[in-house]
Amino acid sequence: MERELVFELPNDLGCIEEAVEFVVGRCSTCQEVARKLRLNFRVSLVEALSNAMIYGNGRDPHKRVRLEVTMKMGRVVARVTDQGRGFDPECVPDPTTPRNLTREGGRGLFLMRQLMDEVRFNEQGNSVTLTLHLSDGEALRGKASA
Amino acid sequence: MAFHVNREGDVTVLDVDGQLIVGNRQELKKAVLNELEKGERKFLVDFTNTGYIDSSGLGVLVSLSKKIREQDGELRLASLNEDLRTLFELTKLDTLFRIADSREEALEGF
Repeated sequence: MERELVFELPNDLGCIEEAVEFVVGRCSTCQEVARKLRLNFRVSLVEALSNAMIYGNGRDPHKRVRLEVTMKMGRVVARVTDQGRGFDPECVPDPTTPRNLTREGGRGLFLMRQLMDEVRFNEQGNSVTLTLHLSDGEALRGKASA
Repeated sequence: MAFHVNREGDVTVLDVDGQLIVGNRQELKKAVLNELEKGERKFLVDFTNTGYIDSSGLGVLVSLSKKIREQDGELRLASLNEDLRTLFELTKLDTLFRIADSREEALEGF
């Protein structure tokens, strides 16, 4: 069975929590995938939406963020698209190096890449697609869960 | 997110209820900086009732820790659930903070 949710969100950081909880609630199907949805998907979706609103749309309250979530057998795919000019995701430095560890920002994309099975940007860099596999029984990604 | 500020001796304890994310992190920052300005130097953030944190929440803790250290103080963390532990370990922030399993353990020798 395939389900799809599509939202046009205002560029308001205050609406992220409610939107993410709604989506995660719709995706919850069984206990085995509960932690992946609760941690990996939820945190990554918050990161993608906040990046879109802050950096993509430049906090412009007149702009919108489009969120499309598709639930297929065994995986959930979320695409977040802003109305900005885009950026080069390869230019984001590693936040875990000693030099960057004490910086306040710069961990959002890193967390998305650690927590999701696939993070893919469009050519322009204003749309990110996050994919998380739910049915293979794998442990959470990242060294902490190995 | 809601948080409560309490005193345990000379330690300022902040309990974070709910999520600490991009939409509400400034509230925690303001509360801690306000106490720092008033002369408090020992801070403990208790995550017993916290659901999850995003990178903005982690960033605020890093920023606060730096500001507190500049004033010869210390910020400790306690009671992280499994999800929060994972986030701190993935980002290597577990090497930056003193993280205790419980509030009591964090307060010992503070």
